[in-house]
Amino acid sequence: MLEVKDLHVAYGRARVLFGVDLQAPPGSLVCLMGRNGVGKTTLLKAVMGVLPARQGTVLFDGRDITRAHVHARVRAGLGYVPQGHETFPQLTVAENLQVARESTPKARPGTLDEALDLFPALRGLLKRRAGFLSGGQQQQLAIARALVTEPRMLLLDEPTEGIQPSIVQEIEAAIRQLHATGLTILLVEQYLELALRLADHFVILDAGEVVRAGAATELHNDEGVRRLLAV
Amino acid sequence: MGTLNQLVIGASIGAVLLLAALGLTFTFGQMGVINMAHGEFIMAGAYTAYVLQPLAGDQAVLVALPVAFAVGGVLGLILERLIIRRFYGRPLDTLLLTFGISLILQQAARDIFGAPNVQVDAPGWLTGGVDLAGVRIAYNRLFILVLAIGCVVAISLYLSKLRQGRRMRAVMQNRQLAAVSGVATGRVDQATFFIGSGLAGVAGVALTLIGPVGPTFGTAYIVDAFLVVVAGGLGQLKGAVIAAFVLGVLNSFVEFWTANGASFAKVVVFAVIIAFLQVRPQGMFVLKSRALT
Repeated sequence: MLEVKDLHVAYGRARVLFGVDLQAPPGSLVCLMGRNGVGKTTLLKAVMGVLPARQGTVLFDGRDITRAHVHARVRAGLGYVPQGHETFPQLTVAENLQVARESTPKARPGTLDEALDLFPALRGLLKRRAGFLSGGQQQQLAIARALVTEPRMLLLDEPTEGIQPSIVQEIEAAIRQLHATGLTILLVEQYLELALRLADHFVILDAGEVVRAGAATELHNDEGVRRLLAV
Repeated sequence: MGTLNQLVIGASIGAVLLLAALGLTFTFGQMGVINMAHGEFIMAGAYTAYVLQPLAGDQAVLVALPVAFAVGGVLGLILERLIIRRFYGRPLDTLLLTFGISLILQQAARDIFGAPNVQVDAPGWLTGGVDLAGVRIAYNRLFILVLAIGCVVAISLYLSKLRQGRRMRAVMQNRQLAAVSGVATGRVDQATFFIGSGLAGVAGVALTLIGPVGPTFGTAYIVDAFLVVVAGGLGQLKGAVIAAFVLGVLNSFVEFWTANGASFAKVVVFAVIIAFLQVRPQGMFVLKSRALT
């Protein structure tokens, strides 16, 4: 489904990723882990095309999308939920969803309802401006916004960061439900326990390089992994 | 009586300011592009009416409105595609470049139409005026007011009801998020520039009703138009409307109360805006959200 090969990314002269390799097979839930500043968000942004790749390739369904426009990647089937529960603050919840829905002309008619079924609380907030939602509600809207583009693979950047515990549970349940439908997911997550509950594969980044990767079962009681994730 | 008269004159000045500034609420307010050639798009709209005069007679102003929108829009689109898109995020470079473009367009107008001013005849039904509570309101001023209100309503409907308008607001609020939502942001930029510049063309046609047209026709309005957009709050249509009319009425009253008239009024208006922006640098209205308030 997604294959990243020898990816190098930099912000100007500051190099962040040094030859990252990553694979996410169809239907898998890959958890990307690592300490702050190791390049997790940069990797997701480069996969989405928000940041350009200096070197290397990004293949999606066997197609080279390394130089494709961001919106073309969305139409190809990549969905992205950025870090920090981002929304369009002056648009209503309904408009936030409409903007994404209308940008995917071939989307099925029921997509919007399916996204709202996942987060029923949003149904009662459709006319409210997104900027006035709580952080948790904004994150639910951010995930729903990505889902209405009908992705075949979803990139989630720390979806539970700074969210109240009750909504963290709802988001975890939603991710589990989406994975069960066969959606491929690449999840950036700092909490090892959550990663262990959700992921079937893991990748650990350190200083812009992949230092560990494998099946999630390998993460249990692995002191080396805990050291890599410790602050 | 005097107060009502000045209010009417102020509203009329406000309508002119608003028309000149409406396009800038798109290009400057929504996209952050300081387009110094906006005044020349106003000038191009005015000359469109002049060119159409032999064909449309004294109805040239009406015929020219949609044509000038297209002329201004296409000029804006060419400017955006050829130059401005390469300088997004570099406001000072854009300012300098578009200032150069404005000088080129002024010279082009001089070469094509000559240096002396030309006149566009107002339609017969716009001559004269109406008496309202003892105040004489010229039909041409009333037409500009109605046109400004019509443009504001049309823009509001476009932004709130149409898919393209929603996309435009989304790109303005969070360009990166719009892109990862599948919005082709480059195309939205083109549409925004087309509409903003097209509105400048419409303003140019309307302004032929209150004065002759010359190569530097637009420069008279450009500073005031930027002031309206900044005082109203970037990208805020509501703010631009209020700022235009407040500045218009203020201008009118200061002119009335002082012996020195127009020049002194300008000084007072600038001083008021500077003082206002010291207190509220973000302008009258600003994007509000939990995160920003």
